[in-house]
Amino acid sequence: MSQRSIAAVPRGVLALLALGLAAQIGLKAVTPPPRAAAQDLPPAPSIAALRLASFGDPVALAKALMLYLQAFDYQSGSKVPYRDLDYGRLEAWLARILELDPRGQYPLLAASRLYAEVPVEAKQRSMLEFIYRQFLLDPDRRWPWLAHATALAKHRLHDLPLALRYAQAIQRHSVSDDVPLWAKQMEIFILEDMNELETARLIIGGYLQSGTIKDPAELRFLDERLKQLEARNVGKTSGKKARESVK
Amino acid sequence: MPIVASLARATLHEAVRNRLLWLAVVVVVIAFGLAQFLNQVAITESREIQTALLAAPLRVAAVFIVAVFVITSMVRELSDKITELLLSLPAPRSAYFFGKFAGYAIVAAILALLSALPLAPFANSQGLVLWTVSLVCELLIVTAMGLFCVLSFAQVVPAFVAVAGFYLLSRSMAAMQIIAGAAPQDPTLTDRVVNAVVELIALLLPGLDGMTQTTWLLGPAPGVSTLGPVVGQTAIYLALICSAALFDLYRRNF
Repeated sequence: MSQRSIAAVPRGVLALLALGLAAQIGLKAVTPPPRAAAQDLPPAPSIAALRLASFGDPVALAKALMLYLQAFDYQSGSKVPYRDLDYGRLEAWLARILELDPRGQYPLLAASRLYAEVPVEAKQRSMLEFIYRQFLLDPDRRWPWLAHATALAKHRLHDLPLALRYAQAIQRHSVSDDVPLWAKQMEIFILEDMNELETARLIIGGYLQSGTIKDPAELRFLDERLKQLEARNVGKTSGKKARESVK
Repeated sequence: MPIVASLARATLHEAVRNRLLWLAVVVVVIAFGLAQFLNQVAITESREIQTALLAAPLRVAAVFIVAVFVITSMVRELSDKITELLLSLPAPRSAYFFGKFAGYAIVAAILALLSALPLAPFANSQGLVLWTVSLVCELLIVTAMGLFCVLSFAQVVPAFVAVAGFYLLSRSMAAMQIIAGAAPQDPTLTDRVVNAVVELIALLLPGLDGMTQTTWLLGPAPGVSTLGPVVGQTAIYLALICSAALFDLYRRNF
């Protein structure tokens, strides 16, 4: 369709167009950009409401919700992102997203790598417990996040009993062949750190006898570890006896 | 100008003859019935549930009805060559545009009032007044956008898709800006380009996400000053879209 030249447009219309465009851009430019502050995080809707809102495609909604959730308190002006979030609400949101998309790993990655790393111990602990609870629902797929939680409990919180609980959970519940041995053997190393040498020795001995370990390198490594533990155990026992005889 | 008033009156007659207002009444009655049903089901906060589940669908329905009416009515006029007949009258093209716009704006205002009617028993009165005025503003923007798109595309489907896309994008732009600005890693060049594009689009869209909020109906009503930005945004955006539509109309050869 042919068009007339711009000269056919009255000047008033052109002026109004330019003025309107300038005013619109000016208005939006002076309006502060939207930011999702921590206190703006609303309570998570019920799973039924979210399923209704997903129009039969809960996975797509879960992915979008995760991006939405992640934006809260990220650029709030706080030096430490996520520190001011209400962790009760946050956990509810993460749990809902996992219910919508149980195979999705993003919520637990965010829980372990973003939200569990804020320098507030109570919030860290609450997030680690959340990861533990979610791990128990699907241990063969969610073990990496509990393994990370174990490392956080050990190195950040310096809470060895907590780290041991998580490591034991991986060892007991993650039975898939895809779960690497280092994850299943975390329990042994934490026991060593706790000076529970006899228990660690028994566990390694159990591993070796069970025949579940086929890799020669793994077998050699565990065998050496067992010998070291036995040597340390003997040293510990003889030292104890010597102290008792001195008494 | 008499031609503007005549065109507005003719558009209003068209809406009545198309049973548009009856359709709006039916939608309102169905929404009211649905809200009553959900009120029976709810264990607590039944008034809030009723209000929210009435307000949100009524707002969307009003937007949908206005957009479809503006587009189909204009396309029919274009197809029947009525537009050419009207443009041959001794009046500027702007008179034709503003006549049509005035008619559609009155229809939009009536729809907004009808949508507010079933909320009266549940919502606080001041909040309801603000909600209704804001819905009128929102519908005026949709009306202007519908006219602009239909004058540009002259066909129902492309015009409706453009208006629907514009409405959804405007409503969700703030959320998109938040998401775009919160990538938890050092932004790459692609991130920066995407952010810049999102910010640019946001500059050109009206802040519909701040309009016609259901929360105004639930808790204590916000002050009248809430309407300031809503009315200001509407005035500016109407000036922009109406002048863009006039720009297209003046350049078009029929």
